[in-house]
Amino acid sequence: MKFPLKSFEPPGRIALSLVCLAAAGRADNSTSIFAPAATPAHAIFGLSMFVLAVTGLIFVVVFTLLAYAVIKFRGRAGDGGREPAQVYGSTQIELAWTVIPVLIVVVLFLATARVIHAIQDAPKPASAVDVTVIGHQFWWEFRYPKLGIVTANEMHIPVSDPAHPTPTFLKLLSADTDHSFWVPTLAGKTDLIPNRVNEMWLDPSRVGIYLGQCAQYCGTQHAKMLLRVSVDSAADFDRWVRAEQQAGAQDAKVVAGKRVFETTACINCHAINGTAADGRFGPDLTHLMSRATLASGGAENTSALLRLWIQNPDAIKPGSLMPAMKLNDADLDAVVAYLETLR
Amino acid sequence: MSTEVIPIEALQAAGKPWTETLHEWVTTVDHKRLGLLYIVLALLFLVVGGVEALIMRIQLVHAHNTFVSPQVFNRLFTMHGTTMIFFVAMPILFGFANYLVPLMIGARDMAFPRLNAFSFWLSALGGLLLYFSLLGGSGLYGAGNAPDVGWWAYAPLTAKAFSPGHSSDYWTIAVMLSGFGSVGTAINIIATILSMRCPGMHLGRMPLLAWLNLVMSGMVLITVTPLTAAQLMLLVDRYLGGHFFDTQAGGSAVLWMHFFWIFGHPEVYVLILPCFAFISEIVPVFSRKPIFGYPVMVGATICIGFVSMSVWAHHMFTIGMNSYANSFFTITTMAVGIPTGIKIFNWLGTMWGGRIQFKTPMLFCVGFLFQFLIAGLTGIMLASAPFDWQLGNSYFVVAHFHYVIVGGILFALFAAFYYWYPKITGRMLSESLGKLHFWLFVIGFHATFDTMHIPGILGMPRRIYTYEPGRGWDALNLVVSVGTAIQAIAILIFVWNLISSYWKGARAGNDPWDAWTLEWSVASPPPAYNFASIPAVASRRPLWDLKHPEDPDSLYE
Amino acid sequence: MSAVTNPLVRQPAGWILPDRGKVAMACLIVAESAIFTIFVVAYLYYLGKSVAGPTPSQVLQTPIFYSACLLFSSFTIHRAGNLLQRGRRDRFLAWWVLTIVLGGLFLYGTGQEWHRLIYEHGLTISTNLFGTTYYSLVGLHASHLVAGLTMLMIVLYFGVTGRVTEDHSPRIEVLSMYWHFVDAVWVVVFIIVYVIGR
Repeated sequence: MKFPLKSFEPPGRIALSLVCLAAAGRADNSTSIFAPAATPAHAIFGLSMFVLAVTGLIFVVVFTLLAYAVIKFRGRAGDGGREPAQVYGSTQIELAWTVIPVLIVVVLFLATARVIHAIQDAPKPASAVDVTVIGHQFWWEFRYPKLGIVTANEMHIPVSDPAHPTPTFLKLLSADTDHSFWVPTLAGKTDLIPNRVNEMWLDPSRVGIYLGQCAQYCGTQHAKMLLRVSVDSAADFDRWVRAEQQAGAQDAKVVAGKRVFETTACINCHAINGTAADGRFGPDLTHLMSRATLASGGAENTSALLRLWIQNPDAIKPGSLMPAMKLNDADLDAVVAYLETLR
Repeated sequence: MSTEVIPIEALQAAGKPWTETLHEWVTTVDHKRLGLLYIVLALLFLVVGGVEALIMRIQLVHAHNTFVSPQVFNRLFTMHGTTMIFFVAMPILFGFANYLVPLMIGARDMAFPRLNAFSFWLSALGGLLLYFSLLGGSGLYGAGNAPDVGWWAYAPLTAKAFSPGHSSDYWTIAVMLSGFGSVGTAINIIATILSMRCPGMHLGRMPLLAWLNLVMSGMVLITVTPLTAAQLMLLVDRYLGGHFFDTQAGGSAVLWMHFFWIFGHPEVYVLILPCFAFISEIVPVFSRKPIFGYPVMVGATICIGFVSMSVWAHHMFTIGMNSYANSFFTITTMAVGIPTGIKIFNWLGTMWGGRIQFKTPMLFCVGFLFQFLIAGLTGIMLASAPFDWQLGNSYFVVAHFHYVIVGGILFALFAAFYYWYPKITGRMLSESLGKLHFWLFVIGFHATFDTMHIPGILGMPRRIYTYEPGRGWDALNLVVSVGTAIQAIAILIFVWNLISSYWKGARAGNDPWDAWTLEWSVASPPPAYNFASIPAVASRRPLWDLKHPEDPDSLYE
Repeated sequence: MSAVTNPLVRQPAGWILPDRGKVAMACLIVAESAIFTIFVVAYLYYLGKSVAGPTPSQVLQTPIFYSACLLFSSFTIHRAGNLLQRGRRDRFLAWWVLTIVLGGLFLYGTGQEWHRLIYEHGLTISTNLFGTTYYSLVGLHASHLVAGLTMLMIVLYFGVTGRVTEDHSPRIEVLSMYWHFVDAVWVVVFIIVYVIGR
């Protein structure tokens, strides 16, 4: 897909790498909008450099004039209280500084309209991967309808080679209030609004982990509704898909924990493929151990933190909608052991 | 000439019991006293809103801080925004309008003095109700809860399902009351300006302050009311089982957004127009020249009034409107920058060729001009929809609008305080404290709000009580927070100046700035009846004509 | 700054400005129109979007008679105002009473319609989107009508006790403006709800 304003990118990049912003942007966990790694973010970056150049120029001109006026026309002690020439206006000057801004606006608008259209009306190729994103208070549900996968909080998508693009097209829905999907290095944000279907697309060109978070205030734990997008090579993505399509591991050693899980309230909210647990209020746990974090990025996925999360979610994410399960130590250990088999 | 007028109150003041004075103030219908009541109300809420901001900035000083809980933080940003917009900015601007408009058009009072008082007390009640939520938010049984839905109160977060208890209702009703007060005052201002100008003051000879308040009031009539309507709908949803914004029943969350922003965007123009008024009155006097391009300034104002009604969905660029809608709102938003820019150029033209006196009011005006320019340019950036898809709902936006509100509106208000305080009290504010206030505030303002743009660019969303380390946001947030402390100190100096100058300031006389509009023809403070006899005017600067009988404006305009 | 002493100021011949009461009422009408517009927009937006429950074409009956009453009341109040201006206080009162009666009739008609909708068709404000938007819009109009009727009855009381004179004509005219506005809103609501909406 060809995008306008790509010519602004190289000089823009050079300019910015002189500023620490770009330096920070090179790190793998960067969330800088000026470190684009997918076409929508690239297109916006090019446009933003153009807009910054134009507004920067306006700023320099007007700032200089203001500074000049403030310095040159200060009243001096030797003025003797005389009033300066009382000028009421000038039609030519008014015309000039009306026409020029109009022209600037027209140019900026045209540049913008091209990018709006290019991003929003981009056609969807047959090779696109479909993901349905459902926003919840305060976690992300990811469904891959054509692949039969349901997962949460960490999204895996294939890398997209510009020569043979395999973009990911997202459908954005919400189960409760408004949310917003924002991974700055990949694309601009799009909101998830209940009773409405929104769409966006990503075609990241580099393998890696991309971070983001919810960008529309959705309640108490809006701040920790984090996003983790893993852009995988084609082979890795296939491997991940096949692993996700398996039912939950059935390890005889953790039968006790599985029983605790199935007989307490866990199954009301959570689902584990291949078991009786089929709740959809909370994240799908079938492959919990394939994730790097718990609680939509609120904590690292370690044994101790998993235990703490189940025992007292408020210790990690106060105000999250997961209730403290109030299990005794034995049950807690058993459940944790069981969950740790869900790779 | 009313320079011969004796300030009668000074003679009667001694020996009156405080209860009688209090009763007079509580039952006053005098526009000057009501103006002051509005201003004092606003200053009290400014301190409250400011403390809310300081607490939030302490919480954000580093990642994973635990100074306040997420619940408290969410209430803080909701209350901060609601307080600052509805109980600081609106009242203080209405307060200045109330005080100045009749004086500047040669009238003795507003058109409807009792409506004036009613509107004030309604607004005050709204403010009280908003803060009563701390006690009564969830009923008096459990802990009180301030509203925590953000000052835009997006649906369906405000539905009973997601906001149980009464905290959202306190937001709704408090703001609705403030809205009724605003509409009442707007009606009053329009009626006053259209029906009570002194002889000779046809509309083309009115001070720009009157024009700007006229257009602002016209806007209030059609922009505050959509919010009132939406709030009525929200109450129907929450208490009568209605479905206006009930997404389960087919209702639309986006409809609330449209209604809110049809109010919310023009509202910021409602706030800025009276500030343009202050700049337009003060810059000429301290440049010693008339305003450059008066007719164009009027035209640009009316233009802004209309065009600003067409831009609202630039707050909704990310909600998934189609490319045509996004393009439309991009161009209208950029277009509204044109008359606004023209105003900046006209102020520049006023200063050009002048003999600028850098007294404190002018310092704040110059600060305004530089800062409003920058704010306008970041606004143009946000107007470009794709750029907004990245920057929207991030700290870049928070930086942009605080740049306008603090760097623009508050600076203009400071200018107005230093300029008109002598007229209101009869004393000059201290110039040295004023300059200290100015420079300290400039340093704090730029430390906070220049820096704040960067976390937005680095991906920091707004309305988050904490953030992740390792994203490069920590040091920046620290600088932002330190700047707020400096601003707080500057404000304390300002408040001290206001209080101490009341007793120790130099006596001002009628016309300390050698200015040209009618309010400077009466005593400082003005008598209750304003003018001994209603003046008649022949130009836009009646006092210039008097002081320069050989070269009156009436020959040129 | 008095005109007498300043030779530079030529006193303009007749300095006449608009009546502040009329200006204020015009402003109020503008503001109220904005509120009604938002309710109308919501009504139109939600047409056909109710998930369940009765629809407009199923349950609405066009209130022609009562609407005619309200429209005619605009004429009667206008006539009353003219009569007062010419000093015909008795005739003014008669037409004023007629206005109140017509307004009351309209209100009765609305109540009757609502009774039928609630008890015969089970349509309430919480039934579905149609119910919510219909009752809100028509109810908002009715509440403005009630406010208007209250003002009219206060004037009636003053009139009957002989305190309304020709000098009060401007204020009566301001009140008339409000009444005409309420009528005009009904014309819009009528078209939206009973014509377009079905």
